[in-house]
Amino acid sequence: MSEPVEGREAAFQQRIERGEKIESQDWMPEGYRKALVRQISQHAHSEYVGMLPEGFWLTRAPSLHRKCVLLAKVQDEAGHAQYLYSALESLGVERDTVYQELLAGRAKYLNIFNYPALSWADVGMIGWLTDGAAIVNQVPLSRSSYGPYARAMVRICQEESFHHRQGFDLVHRLVEGTARQRQMAQDALDRWWWPTLMVFGPPDEHSPHSRQSMQWGIKLYSNDTLRQKFIDQTVPQIHHLGLRVPDADLRLNEASGHYEIGPIDWVEFQRVIQGEGPCNRERISSRQRSWEQGAWVREAAACHADKASTAAALAGDEHAQ
Amino acid sequence: MPNNWKTWEVFVRSQNGIAHRHIGSVQASDADMALRYARDVYTRRDAFVSLWLVASEHLISSAGQDQSAWFETAHDKGYRQATFYPVPDGVQNL
Repeated sequence: MSEPVEGREAAFQQRIERGEKIESQDWMPEGYRKALVRQISQHAHSEYVGMLPEGFWLTRAPSLHRKCVLLAKVQDEAGHAQYLYSALESLGVERDTVYQELLAGRAKYLNIFNYPALSWADVGMIGWLTDGAAIVNQVPLSRSSYGPYARAMVRICQEESFHHRQGFDLVHRLVEGTARQRQMAQDALDRWWWPTLMVFGPPDEHSPHSRQSMQWGIKLYSNDTLRQKFIDQTVPQIHHLGLRVPDADLRLNEASGHYEIGPIDWVEFQRVIQGEGPCNRERISSRQRSWEQGAWVREAAACHADKASTAAALAGDEHAQ
Repeated sequence: MPNNWKTWEVFVRSQNGIAHRHIGSVQASDADMALRYARDVYTRRDAFVSLWLVASEHLISSAGQDQSAWFETAHDKGYRQATFYPVPDGVQNL
């Protein structure tokens, strides 16, 4: 005898409100599962596509040290995608299925990775700003109601901290350099500031899934709350470096203690997430190319596993005789 | 007469939100008996919410690898740690 669904959903909501974590074998409402699949797959794809803007600079890093740092960071991003695709699999989702959605250009991922990294300073901005935004977003997610997602987030946040610091360090070096290097840093900041603020997603009143996700404890804070936290943390860092925030309306509200910013261009945001950003096609075609060029590796691995199990079976037969 | 029972590795979860951890193993004739037996052997005192069992023969182990080489990851790669990068005085939230 199974309880009616409404009763189970009410009991489930009570578990969430008591702060209990949900594990993969637990019953969950279909909507909760779908919301998790949507959020975790977007997150996984973002980590995966996120390798590309910086990956471009691996062979162009200005020193062996910076190259090692960048390699380690890009490798971490691949690792983060792996943790998250595994968390998805705990929900009974096939990795291939969601990955094919990405390759087909139907899956969403963060707007920010559809912008190009035009100069070496952009590499610093990605680490400092984009990974800084990721930390603000993800630290609360390590208390998300779904256990496998929350645990993946703990590992990810520890590693993001390195990404954040190395990015700041890179930009710090540039601003201590020549006038041209300072200008390079300022230009990169001008390009990355606004897209980074969009990373937190649409304003609360236009965020269709947020309210339900917060009710389920999948998300803990609203987009605007997290965006404000990032701004308040980052503006003083920008000022410390002697750089200028590209926002004529920026001001510190002495009464609230919060920085107030000018309007965000949400039309640009929509355009970028709908596939019309500067690099959307390039990002997807790069992933498609890797998938196709890696086909022989997958085939060879399957062939090897097949041969090895045949050999083991034959050896077993001989042993038995 | 040896009974040819298989060994099963036992993992327990003390509360939701925390990963299962290995607690020991049991010998049993089949999966069902292994699960019941693990419950009897390992959960008599502490409060657990979940048990996972894996037949030991299916456990893949790094034993046999050269341990120092296999786990040599970060000794000369301090730059993978956030603390490698100095934070200038007066800068917060990095």
